[in-house]
Amino acid sequence: MMIEILTGFLLVLGSLLMLLAALGALRMPDLLTRMHATTKAGALGGGMMVLAVAVFFDDGAVTARALAIVVFIILTAPVAAHLIGRAAYFVGIPLWEGTLKDELKNRYDPETHTLASPDDATPEDGDKGGKPDERRRD
Amino acid sequence: MPILDWAVTASFVILSLALVLIFLRLLKGPTLPDRVVALELIASLTVGFIATHAVATRTASFLDVAVVLALTAFLAAVGFARYLEKGGHRDDD
Repeated sequence: MMIEILTGFLLVLGSLLMLLAALGALRMPDLLTRMHATTKAGALGGGMMVLAVAVFFDDGAVTARALAIVVFIILTAPVAAHLIGRAAYFVGIPLWEGTLKDELKNRYDPETHTLASPDDATPEDGDKGGKPDERRRD
Repeated sequence: MPILDWAVTASFVILSLALVLIFLRLLKGPTLPDRVVALELIASLTVGFIATHAVATRTASFLDVAVVLALTAFLAAVGFARYLEKGGHRDDD
């Protein structure tokens, strides 16, 4: 009885988190805020639902597989989000008009995609990032 | 038993609603990265569907399907990111 209550609780809570992620993806104004909604809530919701299966079957092999899925989701969700966000930033997706600060603006070399300080930065700012010939010039 | 059946039905309904919402985002776009994010969430929603179905039918083997789906979803996201970063076509201009 206890196991069934816990399984049902985890299933409903996980699916509610997924609903929250989908709602965030639909309502948020730009790509980065949408990813902020989907990545975290989606990964947590998926992990909880797989955990519900582990609790329900109460068997070593099933629990091992379920834990493997949870670890895999927790490992890959941030990596995938970082890759997509980085690629989208290079493509030049529009940011929300309420965005206060874009710290990476003019700091990426458009050709090589390496990070460097802009040439018009103050000297103590400019000397922080690596050797001078690695810096961006245009 | 009725508690668990109720919970399984409720999570199927909630997941279906989430699938409809994220499908609207997939249709609306407006850029390719938005659609990739929507596809990624659809994949993790499907993992949730599989988990719920495994509990509903009392079949633990469905977890293997969830493993494969989580793996391929990650690979698809990496592939799309690489395509975009190497200068692929974006469908908003």
